[in-house]
Amino acid sequence: MSMINYASREINCKIVYYGPGLGGKTTNLEYVYEKVAPSTRGKLISLATESERTLFFDFLPVDLGTIRGFKTRFHLYTVPGQVYYNASRKLILKGVDGVVFVADSSPNRLDANLESMDNLYQNLAEHDFDLRELPFVIQYNKRDLPDAVPVEQLSAALNPTGVPAFEAIGTRGVGVFDTLKAISKQVIKSLS
Amino acid sequence: MLGALSWSFEEADSHRVDTLLEALLAESGASYALLIDRTGQLIASAGAAPALDPTTFASLAAADFAANEQLAALLGEPNFASLYHQGTRSSLYLAAVAGRAILAVAFPRSVALGMVRIRVKRALPSLAQLFQEVFARPVPHAQTRLAAGWASEAEVEIDRLFDGE
Repeated sequence: MSMINYASREINCKIVYYGPGLGGKTTNLEYVYEKVAPSTRGKLISLATESERTLFFDFLPVDLGTIRGFKTRFHLYTVPGQVYYNASRKLILKGVDGVVFVADSSPNRLDANLESMDNLYQNLAEHDFDLRELPFVIQYNKRDLPDAVPVEQLSAALNPTGVPAFEAIGTRGVGVFDTLKAISKQVIKSLS
Repeated sequence: MLGALSWSFEEADSHRVDTLLEALLAESGASYALLIDRTGQLIASAGAAPALDPTTFASLAAADFAANEQLAALLGEPNFASLYHQGTRSSLYLAAVAGRAILAVAFPRSVALGMVRIRVKRALPSLAQLFQEVFARPVPHAQTRLAAGWASEAEVEIDRLFDGE
């Protein structure tokens, strides 16, 4: 639900990073914050617990600049991954324009990935969204784990419709911008 | 299509909102007013902006309102129509607008909450009326309004900005 403000000539798009707890969603945003030109980004807001687990959300606005007279901006959000924060996740999905699912490649997180993906479908359905019609990409994070689940196996479990997917090592920034580029281009296309 | 534009805010809407917000500030003595979409996007603002990032402010205010709405539901209330945050120098009053937007008003210690509350209450029907008109209006697809080449130019900027190097 992008809002185009013809009065202030602004287009704002909301991209939400979803996925199981400790999968690397916040790490994605932190890396983007560190690497994009300071003039193009706002403050990184983290509503986190003392142990740095996301409590409500992280938020990072990134300015694309003025494109053909319209100031174009992406609002990047993460949701808290822990199962019991579902009320918060639902709130953040309100008005979403594109979703990045950050999957954890660790073998003992396979169930958590599946549970989170199911939860994503359910929560979007409550907002009358269908993930199959929404800009959507998947990121297979933590590919540097020695026992990382093979991508083919993750793909079979999490990506039956074959949406664009990217391998990543969030802590080193590998794949972070490939993911962001892909989802933001999909969102732009959905507007045009 | 889902995920695409579902409403648009026009020049004339903006003039009406500006007039309403400026009148609200003048009558109440409040310093700053923002109109925020429920998804956290800033629609309009008026007054002497304190040193804050309005984009971030809008996002947090919408989240604040949404979280409180859920708290209201847990208490068996349909919603909390307004919220008040008391500070030592500045305070904040937030009110729901037609279920689609949030009006946030910051005011200094010298201004009484009651005054802000009354003036906001008076401004709400006009704002609600405007939003009902905005949402009732058929939405032209963005393609018909955005200049040709907007999407391809945006993609070039995405590649440049998100180079990651």
